[in-house]
Amino acid sequence: MALWYAICDLLPFEMLNWTFMCNALLAVFLMGPLFGTLSTMIVSGRMSFFSDALGHSAFTGIAVGCICGFAAPTWAAVGFSVGFALLFSFVRSRSNQTADTLIGVFSSAAVALGIFLATYGGGSFARYNRYLIGDVLSVTPGELGMLAVVLLLVLVFWYLAGNKLTLTAIHPQLASSRGIRIGLLQTVFTAAVAVVVTLAISWVGLMILNSLLVLPAASARNISRNLRQYHLFSVLFALIAGILGLILSYEMGSSSGASISLILAGIFAVTFCFRKVRA
Amino acid sequence: MKWNLHGGGCGDSCCLRVQNLSVTIGNESILRDVNLHVHCGQLVAIIGPNGAGKSTFLKSILGQREYDGVIAFSTPGERERKPRIGYLPQSPAFDPGDPISVADLFACCKGRRPAFLGQTSALRTQILECLSMVHGEDLIDKRIGSLSGGQLQRVLLALALDPIPNILILDEPLSGVDMEGMEQLMEMLDEIRTTYDLSILMTTHDFAMLPRYANQVVLIDHEVRIQGTPEQVLRSEEFRQTFHLKGGAF
Repeated sequence: MALWYAICDLLPFEMLNWTFMCNALLAVFLMGPLFGTLSTMIVSGRMSFFSDALGHSAFTGIAVGCICGFAAPTWAAVGFSVGFALLFSFVRSRSNQTADTLIGVFSSAAVALGIFLATYGGGSFARYNRYLIGDVLSVTPGELGMLAVVLLLVLVFWYLAGNKLTLTAIHPQLASSRGIRIGLLQTVFTAAVAVVVTLAISWVGLMILNSLLVLPAASARNISRNLRQYHLFSVLFALIAGILGLILSYEMGSSSGASISLILAGIFAVTFCFRKVRA
Repeated sequence: MKWNLHGGGCGDSCCLRVQNLSVTIGNESILRDVNLHVHCGQLVAIIGPNGAGKSTFLKSILGQREYDGVIAFSTPGERERKPRIGYLPQSPAFDPGDPISVADLFACCKGRRPAFLGQTSALRTQILECLSMVHGEDLIDKRIGSLSGGQLQRVLLALALDPIPNILILDEPLSGVDMEGMEQLMEMLDEIRTTYDLSILMTTHDFAMLPRYANQVVLIDHEVRIQGTPEQVLRSEEFRQTFHLKGGAF
């Protein structure tokens, strides 16, 4: 961290005089590649609303953690979200309902349970507000370390299983005919998304978290012609939006998560206009 | 399920032998007592109405379905081993917006190197070699979502041919392909079959192609109704019954 703070001191930006801004900038540098990478597979695998539902379940998990009096409700939330993701995969494989209907069922049930637990016994909901909006400026050095570890694990997973994940996302039947265990792979992937979503919820906020998981890849798809460009643009857009969003929120005094999402939406609009360029 | 490597009873030229094959899913009997011999270098077409169990039959051979009976392979001139089966799945629908090129698709299937890092020139040369078998070298940098039905089938055929299998199984390869594409694809299959002496087993609804390209036709409607040369099957009473009387055409 000392090295990072030294680098921040050298940069000629007024906002980096604040330690919390230096922390937030590093968080953005770690979250860019993390969300950019996961985003590609969420969009290719048509899981946009599933990741949204995971965000809701993470909130419920935090409420469960608070009720049970855990010192760090985040870990209770991670456990709850992973359990939620596995239960969803299990029900989906044994139900003839479409995925979007089941996501609706799970998502609304999770939110209802979360609000029920949060307000149980006449409790005030206000203490949960920070999980709805999120604040990347609140990130601590310890959390940054955790984020770095998660990023490393996701990148290793991507390096080892990226080809199989891609094939499973674009054509499950072809993937299984080539001996890929698609059920296992999807379960590991959804568990990974559940962990990332839950960890990020207090920095980005439940209400806009999904924009980080969908918009980078959605924008990259507009202008990419192959997998390399797809990953490159997705990570790049997540990084650019993170940095510009942070500057915007500093200058305007607005929520950092919302600023990042708005920049991402702007990038999508621009790439949409250029989409005809690709063959 | 165990692979029986020596067919037996069919001489050396028998590549695939199916005996008394039955498949039941839940309480429903999908296939009953199916018998079939496929010789090396033969193209065998499986025809039958929708829901007759054609895809289930192919999946049993691929080992993706539980079944009763015997499915045996023999690969003459080679050491004993599990046969290599090339498979082209039914109606491969890709999202037209997927930013995945033909080269990416091959890289995902072939190598351990992550496809999102791009291809090395050695891998690209290998992919071009595969594509040359289906005369599709010019497709390498196209996005899979932008390919026509015929082009996509050729690309997937090239994938199924890597490495060259002992038996090639195609599930409805002609569906969604226009007339010109069909001719091209069947010519290509014929060329591959004779060049590599491999057996091809395919399901199809396009009967006009059968007399020119198929060595043997099997009419399945939960059981084998009739099998023989294309002419024998297409002129048979069973064929007429299955596709006309049952369908209410008369």
